[in-house]
Amino acid sequence: MSSLMSGKTGPKIGAMPEFQLRLYLAGQTPKSVAALANLQRICETHLAGQYTIDIIDLTKTHHLAASDEILAIPTLVRRLPEPIKKIIGDLSNEHRVLVGLDVRPVERESP
Amino acid sequence: MLKTNKKKKHEKPQALLKAATGIVGLDEITGGGLPAGRPTLICGSAGCGKTMLAVEFLVRGASQFDEPGVFMMFEENAAELIANVRSMGFDLEDLVARKMIALDHVHIERSEFEETGEYDLEGLFIRLGYAIDSIGAKRVVLDTVEALFAGLPNQTILRSELRRLFRWLKDRGVTTIITGERGDGTAITRYGLEEYVADCVIVLDQRMRDQISTRRLRVLKYRGTGHGTNEYPFLIGAHGFSVLPVTSLHLDHHASTERISTGIPRLDEMLSGKGVFRGSSVLVSGSPGTGKSSIAAKFIEAACQRGERSLVFAYEESKAQIVRNMRSIGIDFQPWIDKGLLEIHSSRPTLMGHEQHLVLMHDLVRAFSPTVVVVDPISNLFMAHDDSEVKPTLMRLIDWLKEEQITAILTSLTGGGDASSEPEDSQVGVSSLMDTWLLLRNTEFAGERNRTIFVRKSRGMAHSNQVREFILGDHGINLVDVYLSSDRVLTGSARMAQEAHERAAATLRGQDHELKLRQLAGKRKTIEAQIAALRAEVDSDLAEINFAVAERTLRDKTAHQDTNAIFQRRGGKTRTKGATRDPQ
Repeated sequence: MSSLMSGKTGPKIGAMPEFQLRLYLAGQTPKSVAALANLQRICETHLAGQYTIDIIDLTKTHHLAASDEILAIPTLVRRLPEPIKKIIGDLSNEHRVLVGLDVRPVERESP
Repeated sequence: MLKTNKKKKHEKPQALLKAATGIVGLDEITGGGLPAGRPTLICGSAGCGKTMLAVEFLVRGASQFDEPGVFMMFEENAAELIANVRSMGFDLEDLVARKMIALDHVHIERSEFEETGEYDLEGLFIRLGYAIDSIGAKRVVLDTVEALFAGLPNQTILRSELRRLFRWLKDRGVTTIITGERGDGTAITRYGLEEYVADCVIVLDQRMRDQISTRRLRVLKYRGTGHGTNEYPFLIGAHGFSVLPVTSLHLDHHASTERISTGIPRLDEMLSGKGVFRGSSVLVSGSPGTGKSSIAAKFIEAACQRGERSLVFAYEESKAQIVRNMRSIGIDFQPWIDKGLLEIHSSRPTLMGHEQHLVLMHDLVRAFSPTVVVVDPISNLFMAHDDSEVKPTLMRLIDWLKEEQITAILTSLTGGGDASSEPEDSQVGVSSLMDTWLLLRNTEFAGERNRTIFVRKSRGMAHSNQVREFILGDHGINLVDVYLSSDRVLTGSARMAQEAHERAAATLRGQDHELKLRQLAGKRKTIEAQIAALRAEVDSDLAEINFAVAERTLRDKTAHQDTNAIFQRRGGKTRTKGATRDPQ
């Protein structure tokens, strides 16, 4: 039920994306919508071309809540690179998302 | 299927639905079980059995009431839990395989979480909902949801989500147990879970007393229904959780009119000739060495001879020792043990708390189904503890035995030793539970101690008011009448001396009579002899007189003839007789 987002917008076509992310949501709640938007923005900013995002709607795939140990919604899981990391919340705090993903922020392109 | 417990008629028509736990004792205290379709909080400190209670609630629900259950654990994992409860005889794996129980381990590691803004616990809800739906669960356990507090940093969100969770569980109509760690001080739970779970709160407690741990359960709150408010001891044993009272709190046991012998004919005689009622409780109390165990032994022997089973709980002597010692008064237990009519269970009273002893007794009595149970002595078992908690325990035991129509012989050691110190006063609390009370005493007199027995009370029968001396001999127990001398009771040697004395006195009296008779006979003989002598004297006097008279007559005749002859010779005429007097 997961829908693969096209994250491979970066130049390294054909290479395995470095970051495999999975976002667990529960229906179209404001928090879910916000989280997805935030995630896309952060990834595009800092991980351009190095990521894939799976989106899992737990209201449709109930069993995954247990198998993937999901409690909080939204939860972002960094499946790769190891170790697995979990970030909960609507991802509105960009700094903490980057800390959680262990991603060094990309300096803003100079205008 | 929710088990409804219809309360008394005058209550509201829709009585609170209750979900029976199936846990021995708990359903009685709560009047039928936990509130059905609502959450119940079970809190207590570490190791006091919260998880066990919760597991048993699910297992019994699944196996006895056909209510599947979800166990969501936050601390142990499923494998650990399965292993832990196997010791209580619960096969979780089987129930899981049969889709009666679903286990779900929620793993929370704080270090894994990075909080970035707003979130909720919808994942947990979905997860729980999925587990509930997968087996059609009616019961849910969350053990322990407090782990979330450690795992999730944002307490504001967590609290509001927990509130929502309990509401959600209620809406789903599942009967839920939420476990919680006991807080410090007066707090019921560390994180104040009781705030959210307002329907029923059960507190478990483990405490040490005299180096023996006892666990207690209390229903702190049960909205919408009456419940037992006391602290009740509970145990986690081989058959799971049991809360005492394991029996009902009512006093409505059947009363038998059948009488059974005490094994001592003279004692039966003191109990209006027939012995005690079947199913009654008999207290045999006395100071050390008064023969309490021996009386109990006779009772057992009598039961075995009737072909009934007896179960002995001995807290002073080992089985072998009892068998040996009872031979000294002519009672051989070994054949009865071999036949399976007698079982002796010896243990140290300090081995465990008295609740545990009680549960053990229940188990053994159920397994052996005796008609006579002997506890020798209850004083060791129960009196060592605080009296206030002993009496209810003992009462439960006695009530239960009565309900089962088992005759109970309970021996009790009283303090002191002699009659003057009224040792029986120490038994007053217990004695009110007893139907028959035999009191044994030592009386010390004239350099020896002797045993006496009397029936202090015996409900429902005329009983002797006499004190009897009680003799333990090679051939068992014998009761003999005591002697009363002036104002005291004579026993032992004094009694024997008195007996000898009376015998001697009787002999003496006999001899005296004979002597008097002989004397009288002698006297009679003497008198008769005297009479004979006197008669002889009279005879001899008479003879003498006759002789004298005869002599005189003869002399007179001779003299007259002489005179006549002389006169004639002088030539005179024959003179008259009177004329002859003149010459003198």
